[in-house]
Amino acid sequence: MWFKAPESCNCIEPQWPADELLVKYQYISDFFIALAYFSIPLELIYFVKKSAVFPYRWVLVQFGAFIVLCGATHLINLWTFTIHTRTVAIVMTAAKVLTAVVSCITALMLVHIIPDLLSVKTRELFLKNKAAELDREMGLIRTQEETGRHVRMLTHEIRSTLDRHTILKTTLIELGRTLALEECALWMPTRTGLELQLAYTLRQQNPVGYTVPIHLPVINQVFSSNRAVKISPNCPVARLRPHTGKYMPGEVVAVRVPLLNLSNFQIYDWPEVSTRSYALMVLMLPSDSARQWHVHELELVEVVADQVAVALSHAAILEESMRARNMLMEQNVALDLARREAETAIHARNDFLAVMNHEMRTPMHAIIALSSLLQETELTAEQRLMVETILKSSNLLATLINDVLDLSRLEDGSLQLETTTFSLHSVFREVLSLIKPVASVKKLSLTLHLASDLPAYAVGDDKRLMQTILNVVGNAVKFSKEGSISISAIVAKPESFKDARIPEFHPVSSDNHFYLRVQVKDSGSGIHPQDIPKLFTKFAQSQAVTTKGPAGSGLGLAICRRFVNLMEGHIWIESEGIGKGCTVTFFVKLGIPDRSNESKLAFAPKVMGNHVTTNFGGLKVLVMDDNGVNRSVTKGLLLHLGCDVTAAGSSEECLRIISPEHRVVFMDVCTGLDGYELAIRIQEKFKKRQDRPLIVALTGNTNKVTKENCMRVGMDGLILKPVSVDKMRGVLSELLEHRVLFEAI
Amino acid sequence: MLGLGSDLLWADMNRLLRLLFHEGVLDEHFLQLHHLQDESSPNFVSEVINMYFHESEKLLNNLRSLLIHTHTHDYNKMGIHLNQLIGSSSSIGAKRLTTLCLAFRAATHHSNRPGCLRALEMLEHEYCYLKNKLHELFHIEQQRALAAAARYPLHNNNQ
Repeated sequence: MWFKAPESCNCIEPQWPADELLVKYQYISDFFIALAYFSIPLELIYFVKKSAVFPYRWVLVQFGAFIVLCGATHLINLWTFTIHTRTVAIVMTAAKVLTAVVSCITALMLVHIIPDLLSVKTRELFLKNKAAELDREMGLIRTQEETGRHVRMLTHEIRSTLDRHTILKTTLIELGRTLALEECALWMPTRTGLELQLAYTLRQQNPVGYTVPIHLPVINQVFSSNRAVKISPNCPVARLRPHTGKYMPGEVVAVRVPLLNLSNFQIYDWPEVSTRSYALMVLMLPSDSARQWHVHELELVEVVADQVAVALSHAAILEESMRARNMLMEQNVALDLARREAETAIHARNDFLAVMNHEMRTPMHAIIALSSLLQETELTAEQRLMVETILKSSNLLATLINDVLDLSRLEDGSLQLETTTFSLHSVFREVLSLIKPVASVKKLSLTLHLASDLPAYAVGDDKRLMQTILNVVGNAVKFSKEGSISISAIVAKPESFKDARIPEFHPVSSDNHFYLRVQVKDSGSGIHPQDIPKLFTKFAQSQAVTTKGPAGSGLGLAICRRFVNLMEGHIWIESEGIGKGCTVTFFVKLGIPDRSNESKLAFAPKVMGNHVTTNFGGLKVLVMDDNGVNRSVTKGLLLHLGCDVTAAGSSEECLRIISPEHRVVFMDVCTGLDGYELAIRIQEKFKKRQDRPLIVALTGNTNKVTKENCMRVGMDGLILKPVSVDKMRGVLSELLEHRVLFEAI
Repeated sequence: MLGLGSDLLWADMNRLLRLLFHEGVLDEHFLQLHHLQDESSPNFVSEVINMYFHESEKLLNNLRSLLIHTHTHDYNKMGIHLNQLIGSSSSIGAKRLTTLCLAFRAATHHSNRPGCLRALEMLEHEYCYLKNKLHELFHIEQQRALAAAARYPLHNNNQ
């Protein structure tokens, strides 16, 4: 029998009998593997559940499944160590198959997942980097913020004052504090601009007038850039500290501070760099520290320097404006004072004029009045001559006083022309009549020529016009020793205005106005052409006065010109020279009166002054009253009405005087029975009623008895005293008409 | 021109007149009197007033002597004088004086001696006052006339 038991075979390794030990170990390992395999998913689940976010649950499930199956497989393997049934074998196979499937799927899945997982890691790294970067930047910003805060604080300190000194001092102090500097100094340019002078320092209280020439290379370097520049501690501007020699001096930084003037600020562009002066600010770090100038500190310094420049310019502007304001205030005060002085002067002058006006005129009145009265009396020829001279001189003096007062009023502008309608012809005639005597004494011939188209009447100030003409003609007479004087007056036509003398005078005649042109020619001493402009200025004497007569007051022509100007006209003098006479011409504007005014004027001369109404032309009346006053009053009343009045003081006198010519007898019946008796006796005297004068009683008694008595005795009328003019007029008219009048009592 | 002063004087005169009118010393007859003054009788008013003063003084003296210096009081005669005074005063417009005279006359009608004495005193007082005021008025008037009179000769024609 060669079919042996398979237990021993030479070709293949003989199946060794299951060693009990090895089997046991395998058994235990499988058990633990299964355990581990089962516990891993549990752990995973546990931790994943714990974590909030895990995007790969599906993977987890797969993995869990894979692991569980592996565990299951190993677990089932435990049963296969011994003889097992077919079921176990099937289960084992199923488990293995399943495990294989799942693990393959998982392996496939992992291909996709692992790169993702890896990229998560990179992202994480990236974020970490970013966070670090942000941190850095935050640090920077904070530093800048810090700097900005410092700058703001410094600026606030600097700008809180407008005093130059305070600004600079504060700057240095604050900078020193903020940056913890050892020394801080400000160098200002001197007046000459060639040197820098140490103006302020932080530590040293009284800087000596230490100067440094401005054109050092280091200084130029600083001035040429607007940044803070590190300079060597050994350069002249930085050698401010007592040099201890022990430590290394700290780093020094210098920055320029522009000194801006008012004129540097153009409207459209900021100050130009070219023409400017700078101050130098030098900052020194403490020498015993190893500090360095950081960038942000340098920036701070630059900003501060700019701010200081602005603050200084503000201070300068303010100073300027304060100065200007003070100056203006002073000027105001001075002007006010001057104005008040001027006002006082004017008041004083006005007062003076007012007083002089009164004071001078009063004696003048007395002189003139009394001399004219004296003239009326009986005088010898010599005395008369004397009185006339007195009168003439005093009239001249009065004229002078008037002139002075007029001129001052003219200059004040307070003179106003009066406007009346007057006759032009009469003005000229009067002038002529006034001047004729003087002219005839000097044997000068006077001619007056009035144009035919000259209006008869004009509207204007006749007094002032006459004064003007009189003055001009008077001058002509005064300064002529012989010859003739001609006065001509015409209505000015537009052509005559083309006269070369007055190029700017272009008046236009209209319906309401016309221009009167008056020319006075004399053949007298003439005037030097050079003196002509002076003539119209007041108080300027002309040298050509050789006559011994009263010298011109100097005011006359000035006043004439003022009057002419007020009348919107023009006056000028022409003369060909000494001895050749002169011509005075003037225009004045006068109004043309309306037709109605003209007709009124015809009666004007008669109406003026007298208010005599000749209603009762010469009516003969007799007044009887024993009271002298009453008699006079009644007489006056009747005289005023134009009657021819005779007065009687008693009945007897009345009876004596009475005649048929008397038309009315007024008798007073206040006193007793006299009146009534008189009435009866008058009636007896005149038999015929027509011849008898009307008897009218005047009484103050207002009782019926009086009236009855009057009627009883046959009186023709009764009127009550007091009688007014109008009443008397009415009474007379009534009496003459009706021959009876009894006033109602 | 010299008449600037006359304007001031005119104002003074008006002021005085207004005062007198306001006090009731004068009434419009005084003005009427002025109306009667013209070229033909340039001094009418002053003549009349002077005459008035002259007569009134006589009358007042008579009244005084009748009332005080005689023992028998002739009220009739006083009445006659008073009538005269009343007449002239009312003619020139001396209102207050006239009123006082009327009061005096009433007293004489009642033969009231103390009343008459009182009235006489008041009358004399009023008379003095009136005289002073009228004199003042005339003074101003004179000054004004002087001021107005001194003018250029031609103006005299127009006046």
